Amino acid sequence: MSDRTFLGYKRANGTVGVRNHVVVLPSVMCANHVVELIGRKVPDVITIGHPTGCSQVGADFEQTKRTMAGFAANPNVAAVLIVGLGCETNESKALAEEIAARGQRVEVIGIQESGGTTETIARGVAIAQGLLREAAAHERTECPVSALIVGTECGGSDGFSGITANPALGYSSDRIVAEGGTVILAEVPELVGAEHLLAARATEPVAAKLYEMIERVEARARAMHVDIRGGNPTQGNIAGGLTTIEEKSLGAAYKGGSTALREVVEYAERPSERGLVVMDTPGQDIEQLTGMIAGGAQVVVFTTGRGTPTGSPIAPVIKVATNTTMFERMRENMDVNAGTIVDGSRTLEQVGDEIFDWIIEAANGREPAAEALGFRDFAINRIGPSF
Amino acid sequence: MPLSEDGAALRLMDDDDVAVALRPLAAGASVRFGGGPGVSLATAIPTGHKFATRPIAGGALIRKYGQVIGRATGPIAAGEHVHVHNVEGTRGRGDLAEPFDKLRMTRA
Repeated sequence: MSDRTFLGYKRANGTVGVRNHVVVLPSVMCANHVVELIGRKVPDVITIGHPTGCSQVGADFEQTKRTMAGFAANPNVAAVLIVGLGCETNESKALAEEIAARGQRVEVIGIQESGGTTETIARGVAIAQGLLREAAAHERTECPVSALIVGTECGGSDGFSGITANPALGYSSDRIVAEGGTVILAEVPELVGAEHLLAARATEPVAAKLYEMIERVEARARAMHVDIRGGNPTQGNIAGGLTTIEEKSLGAAYKGGSTALREVVEYAERPSERGLVVMDTPGQDIEQLTGMIAGGAQVVVFTTGRGTPTGSPIAPVIKVATNTTMFERMRENMDVNAGTIVDGSRTLEQVGDEIFDWIIEAANGREPAAEALGFRDFAINRIGPSF
Repeated sequence: MPLSEDGAALRLMDDDDVAVALRPLAAGASVRFGGGPGVSLATAIPTGHKFATRPIAGGALIRKYGQVIGRATGPIAAGEHVHVHNVEGTRGRGDLAEPFDKLRMTRA
């Protein structure tokens, strides 16, 4: 336990942000273009586009709505403007109420109600400018590391992921947990074959829920009559030396470190416990990233062997290369080189400490590569068909 | 880390069946771990890929990290490349599930 702190934005609902964005979010894809045009006139806002929000039912619709609400209420967001159409499944006012219930500052406008796109854009621009003025009044103050939820992710994994970057990230995860913070381990398909190691560190009900989530993955593979190899591990993973999902999973699980598994949550669900938490996301990078941030993660650490530039619109995503060759080839997209562990120039603990320091610096406002390059990747995991 | 004597390969746990090449390894190269007998590589092993550090019987479970990573689809000799051509997963194998009821799937 140390007295490490960072300078964050204390929100009215008790959460702490590491960024102070104003987000303009369409409740439905039919409002995407209006949102984009508002963003062109007010470039300081973060605009989101997505292909969801209508003709969805049941658990699939609930998950989409929960993801949008959680994303909009992430503490890195100072305020949000929801732009709806008017006839969508994901009714914009109900979405705004859900966001307000989470203690977030929210405004809502509709295209049909406003009488067309031009008037909606005019109203949206005025509201967005007002929200930016409000947000500018927020200041960073000293906050404990225990206020952080750190998402962990690996994408474009290779034969070094489980040897260098993931164990180093696990070392950093243990430090975050020791400070009272929270770490999300996700991509449940990439825990298949490693679940027994996590379950051994959990209470019986938490272990049971983890096994249930693992079974859902294998049940989906059975329902589709497919071997998940090829989809996961991907062809790129295989080219990088990973042979089976079990092998990939055993390397991936290192990201969470070695502490007790405290809770297992659904996609985009905010953890209620501190410490290590598993979230049920797919391995698909952008859907996972969006789910963890919708669950409250303010910072994400992303390890990669093949080299992926992904970043979030609202959260810093720190890239850790598993090998020096790729780190040097894609230098502009990488922040930390864990390849130095096999090169012999640094220990796993030294790289883990660098990742921990990067998390704190990113929380203070330092921009990792993906953020500096302006990446705004966003995708919601669908669990049912459109009707 | 349990490196080979020349530092070119890593066997994560002493009892693992495979080791990982930390740099490109040439066919015929000899790799030794901790004073044991050297393993002669049957083919070149790309960086990050695995080779068998001892013979693996066809159908046997294969261990890395001290854990099961799959099953050998045929006998694998010491020094052979261990990858998708001779290892199958034991998990996520929906392809091994009971076949579709095709009549039911195609009926209007």
